[in-house]
Amino acid sequence: MRRLSRFLSSLALILAPLGAIAASADDTVTTYTLDNGMDVVVIEDPRAPVVVHMVWYKVGAADEPPGASGIAHYLEHLLFKGTDKLAPGEFSQVVADNGGSDNAFTSQDYTAYFQRVASNRLELMMEMESDRMRNLQLDGTDILTERQVVLEERNQRTESDPGALFGEQRNAAQYQNHPYGTPIIGWKHEMASLTLDDALSFYRTYYAPNNAILIVAGDVNPDEVHELAKQYYGVLEPTADLPDRVRPQEPPQLAERRLVFEDPRVAQPYVIRTYLAPERDPGAQEKAAALTLLAEVLGGSSQTSELGRRLQFEEQTALYTSAFYSGTSYDTTTFGWIIVPAPGVTLQQAEDAMDREIAAFLDRGVDAAQLERIKMQLRAAQIYALDSTQGRARNYGVALTSGLTLEDIATWPDLLQAVTAEDIIAAAREVFNRNAAVTGWLTAPETVTEEAIQ
Amino acid sequence: MIRFAFILAAAVMVSLPARAAVEIQEVTSPGGITAWLVQEDSIPFTALEIRFKGGANVEAPDKRGAVNLMMATLEEGAADLNAQEFAAAREALAASFGFEAWNDSVSISARFLSENRDAAMALLRTAIIDPTFEQSAIDRVREQVLSGLRSDATDPGTIASKTMARLAWGDHPYGSDASGTIETVTALTRDDIVQARRDVLVRDRMFVGAVGDITPEELGVLLDRLLSDLPEEGAPLPVEAQYQQGGGLTVVPFDTPQSVIVFGHDGIDRDDPEFFPAFVANHIFGAGGFSSRLMTEVREKRGLTYGIGTYLATYDFGEAVMGQASTENARVGETVDVVRAEWAKIAQGVTADELEAAKTFLTGAYPLRFDGNGQIAGQLVGMQAQGLPIDYIDTRNDKVNAVTLDDVNQVVKRVYRPEDLHFVIVGQPVGVEPTN
Repeated sequence: MRRLSRFLSSLALILAPLGAIAASADDTVTTYTLDNGMDVVVIEDPRAPVVVHMVWYKVGAADEPPGASGIAHYLEHLLFKGTDKLAPGEFSQVVADNGGSDNAFTSQDYTAYFQRVASNRLELMMEMESDRMRNLQLDGTDILTERQVVLEERNQRTESDPGALFGEQRNAAQYQNHPYGTPIIGWKHEMASLTLDDALSFYRTYYAPNNAILIVAGDVNPDEVHELAKQYYGVLEPTADLPDRVRPQEPPQLAERRLVFEDPRVAQPYVIRTYLAPERDPGAQEKAAALTLLAEVLGGSSQTSELGRRLQFEEQTALYTSAFYSGTSYDTTTFGWIIVPAPGVTLQQAEDAMDREIAAFLDRGVDAAQLERIKMQLRAAQIYALDSTQGRARNYGVALTSGLTLEDIATWPDLLQAVTAEDIIAAAREVFNRNAAVTGWLTAPETVTEEAIQ
Repeated sequence: MIRFAFILAAAVMVSLPARAAVEIQEVTSPGGITAWLVQEDSIPFTALEIRFKGGANVEAPDKRGAVNLMMATLEEGAADLNAQEFAAAREALAASFGFEAWNDSVSISARFLSENRDAAMALLRTAIIDPTFEQSAIDRVREQVLSGLRSDATDPGTIASKTMARLAWGDHPYGSDASGTIETVTALTRDDIVQARRDVLVRDRMFVGAVGDITPEELGVLLDRLLSDLPEEGAPLPVEAQYQQGGGLTVVPFDTPQSVIVFGHDGIDRDDPEFFPAFVANHIFGAGGFSSRLMTEVREKRGLTYGIGTYLATYDFGEAVMGQASTENARVGETVDVVRAEWAKIAQGVTADELEAAKTFLTGAYPLRFDGNGQIAGQLVGMQAQGLPIDYIDTRNDKVNAVTLDDVNQVVKRVYRPEDLHFVIVGQPVGVEPTN
């Protein structure tokens, strides 16, 4: 179905589908900690003879030293460039030679490496992954070529997409002191001057067993995984002086920020607003649970949510509306909404309609039938989530690197079910503070808009 | 270079690939509907996939986008429910329905809990059999489609693929986007939408796959209720498409820092006796991820791009070999030169080592496709639509392993022809000369 697909893809990073937010601990999950401090999570799923092997480091772009933005992601690329025992590119080649696939990803809060292979290849993956945790060997030429690659990645993901550039500007305005205001891939001018020393010093500090989580999911036996983990990861030296994970925090935000981003490539203008919002904290996830439900009630379903119903169906001011919140974050996160105006509706009218409808919702309260439908879908999401081994592994990785515990992961589904209509309204009144908000308009310059209409 | 002694041993000793743990049964409903089923009752839900051969490719040129708009409007009101009531009913059941349209096919995907199976299927039936297509619903969805088309017009990647399709296939449906143009979508009427449904949602071109917590008997009853009221035959399918573009280079000027480069020429039929050797050759050339020749030469050695890949496009009525990359405007000339040189080089053949590595990967990776009920259901309809036998999964790796070096080095001369290679570049490329 082709409906606003282009537009939605530029938001993919911030829109979490309903199914992705529920992960529950159960009797198929086993955990241990190795003597050197490395945590291990094993998820059993015997349906197919396949295993997902992941190592998550509790370090991401928000942990970078000032002036070296992009180093966490650049280092992720360099981890494929060889060790004492593996030539550049050989890691992926060996995975491919064994019929597997491998990749890695970097966020503000974590960096993760994974392989999907037949379950009888697990030991080989552990041998190679444990090797590159401590024994990376980088060659000066290789790393310059790879710097070009990440610059092209930035060109492709960000410079070529006005929606992505707009997102960077809004984010930079949202965080006045916290490093979440810096893009994960890095600012272009800083990426262009990243050095081997930057990469190695980041690597030596943070790539260590006492800063890592091993997640193995699939057709495996937890005791066997434990033995292998001890053999390969258990022997690695921890970083003795691992820095505490404390980032600069936000001061009280005292003034609303507004920005207009103009780019001739924008064919579909829209308004987006984000508010600073609390994240899921260990032992204190109730507010995050209420905000998760608030996003669903306000803008989860195009047809039945408060905003969709009023603005897309009744008033037809909007082609599309949504509210979004992802509570799984190490530090303070954001709650946001977006409105894509219908033809003939200005951005100002769209923004005004949004403010009016949210105010009306706060007066009116939550529709009980809608809340029950959302809770039913959240319960079902726990069942559907069992179908994706990799998705389950990923949920654990994201939560555990965001400072949450296994206990927090286990209680989260029940906390979502316990949220009341009053909790949702109270959370909304608290989060909708314009002094902590950034409102952005994305639009084409006036003359180009005229041409586009013709 | 120093390698792991252990890795070499493991690669040799543990050479048996995992077998896909998938047992497919053919189910014929009491009413005569055939489906492939994988019964998997460890999780209490079912994934159902229904594909109809013949999609936007049955449309007349002035009705482009009708099938896409029709599929997108199916669940916007059905039987006595309006769009919002329909969505509320579906959400209360925690079921999900997907409706997709492409040139060659349309598909309906559903996922539902065992506890809600009957109610979810009764609801889905109304969308398929009795959609209301209210004018207001059509207009609302139309505006969303138009918004997407306007955004496409300023997206370099979409401009490149649309330009390539037009040059390659001309007036055939493959020459334009299945979602239509701003002009055709704007002009579509409710009658066009009703007709589009009558043209494509038909029983004689339908393929069904189901995976999950359901027995053959339950599936048979479900399919009869869901689908037996569809008409038997639909609109005629299109004629074979003629690939119309010769070698050369087309530039579409666009103000952007990074050019998008699409390249290719006509390809090889899925039913061609040499398809498997061609498939293996293309894996070595441009589909093998980090280890492919193009990734090695363009990304790993020169840092020209974040990603480059090629694929064998096998449509129902035409075929092509196509690739794509993006690079900074200033380095387009160098990138095009490397791709041209590699295209000429792959046409000379591959090495025995490359062939062995490709076979190991392709046979080892095959079982990994059968991961999750929805994924497997998609594989089941794909196999049926291609006319593959029900035991295909068990024989597929043998077909890959049977490919010899001579087979590959024979077919590459036919599949990769540097003189016919055409580039479409969207951006402000430096170092290239357009040929038209």
